Amino acid sequence: MMILSGDPPRSRVLSLLLVVIILALAATPFLFPGAKALNVAAKICVFAALVASYDLLLGYTGSVSFAHTMFYGIGSYAIAIALYGMGPNWAAVATGIVTGLPLAALLALAIGLFSLRVAAIFFAMITLAVASAFQVLASQLSWLTGGEDGRSFQLPELLRPGTVLISKSLFGFEINGRILTFYLVFAISALMILALLRVVNSPFGRVLQAIRENRFRAEALGFRTVFHLTYANCLAALVAASAGILNALWLRYAGPDTSLSFSIMLDILLMVVIGGMGTIYGAIIGATIFILAQNYLQSLMGVAAKAADEAGLPLLPGLLHPDRWLLWLGLLFIASVYFFPTGVVGRLRKAGGGKGAGSSH
Amino acid sequence: MTDLLKLSAVHTHIGRYHILQGIDLAVPQGQVTMLLGRNGAGKTTTLRTIMGLWQASRGEITLAGMRIESLATPDIARLGVGYVPESMAVFSDLTVKENLVLAARDGPLDDTQLDWIFGFFPALRRFWLSRAGSLSGGQKQMLSIARAIIEPRKLLLIDEPTKGLAPAIVMALIECLKEIKRKGATILLVEQNFFAARELGDNVLVMDNGTIVHRGEMAALAADVPLQERLLGLSLEAHQ
Repeated sequence: MMILSGDPPRSRVLSLLLVVIILALAATPFLFPGAKALNVAAKICVFAALVASYDLLLGYTGSVSFAHTMFYGIGSYAIAIALYGMGPNWAAVATGIVTGLPLAALLALAIGLFSLRVAAIFFAMITLAVASAFQVLASQLSWLTGGEDGRSFQLPELLRPGTVLISKSLFGFEINGRILTFYLVFAISALMILALLRVVNSPFGRVLQAIRENRFRAEALGFRTVFHLTYANCLAALVAASAGILNALWLRYAGPDTSLSFSIMLDILLMVVIGGMGTIYGAIIGATIFILAQNYLQSLMGVAAKAADEAGLPLLPGLLHPDRWLLWLGLLFIASVYFFPTGVVGRLRKAGGGKGAGSSH
Repeated sequence: MTDLLKLSAVHTHIGRYHILQGIDLAVPQGQVTMLLGRNGAGKTTTLRTIMGLWQASRGEITLAGMRIESLATPDIARLGVGYVPESMAVFSDLTVKENLVLAARDGPLDDTQLDWIFGFFPALRRFWLSRAGSLSGGQKQMLSIARAIIEPRKLLLIDEPTKGLAPAIVMALIECLKEIKRKGATILLVEQNFFAARELGDNVLVMDNGTIVHRGEMAALAADVPLQERLLGLSLEAHQ
């Protein structure tokens, strides 16, 4: 319970789901051979942390930010530029980290102090403008960022796929640098999610919830809400930048499409809504559902279309054609928001009883 | 008796509306000052202006001799001003305990003070770990008041605490407020319930159209039916 900061999932089904997801992710290199499965698992880990950090903002403070991918991109580019420029060594990794994280925090601080003292819509607009400007800047500074092509780089020796740490002859599985990188991504993402769980269950987290519910009431109790919101914005930015670092390390690449694209922002929003806002656990569920659907729905539809065709069913083969997977993905999300308005976690918690039995009056 | 809070020629504009039109009032230390008046007279705006939730456009507000009209709300609260807004203002998503811990600004809760509060509002002990949003209206109001008194405050601003509550709950609230008064608290209390006003008030201020139209002792107003009718349009006798 200590590790969950006194905030357990509060639903048996949810607990079971989380355990299955975490065990499956941890065992992916051994259970699901192949590069695609490992890529999907790493992406789930990175996005779970990224979405959890966005949940700190949206779910716990009610602030809508469109700059989250910017912080994610700052982390990605910082590590990519450092490794590209300094070569594949640990000093470059350290340089990327000590450059990227403070830069993300400073930008979040500036945006927060500038825009969080006024209406929430102003904060949303400012973050949108800053994120767009940053995207253009990253594209224009091609001597530094590689422009539209991005930056590919090599990892330090230990993390390279060719580095065999434990040979196949020992346990029947080969542990190489790629798998070590995966576990690095897994462990750091897990630590960040646990840290966020600690933050939201701390007295600071309660103040954030109070601000979300009624900012004036929180101020009337003596809380300087601008500082609390700015601090939350900086924390979320730090975690997002760290997730960006992990993503770049995994992909060995940072570019506009993988790090700064606005579609990533939309994906984050969808994941947080599907999982359940203001829960942190929702980030794990949302990221898992979304990324699995994004990666496997097309193949599943291919199988289904083929089966329907062989059975001689009318219309269905066309409807289930793999090329229409985005349409079905959209429909799935509409259905999930319709049937789970409080997200999967909210729905499961409600079914499980939830916090506080309530008054008998 | 020294005045803890003083408002001199305070004006407040909300958008293009001129709500407070030169308020002059004083709240003596250790006394309960009732702020009465018809709906829309400016009572809630007065409390919110003192609290800094609406900025005074002109005039002076002093708390214990210190000018506060340009301070931000959190700074005013940190000077020891507790505010109980109307409409059972609790944080619904937090538990009763979390609401009170928050009000103590995350310092440790004083067990003696907590036991004293539970003495008046036993329901708060019973629903200690329940979400505040699941409480009944009366319980929410109790929690709202408990939040304001969980820490010692120099001044309490309370806005219509009995509004919409059952008579039994109103009596419990009046007893609680009397006890707070006996402990020497200074309170500026907006109230529409005349019975509660008479029971609690030492002094009275009556507002109309954003100005103070009457000031005096509560007992004197309670005894003067024609004055009540003239100022407020109804009498205490008719209200009982």
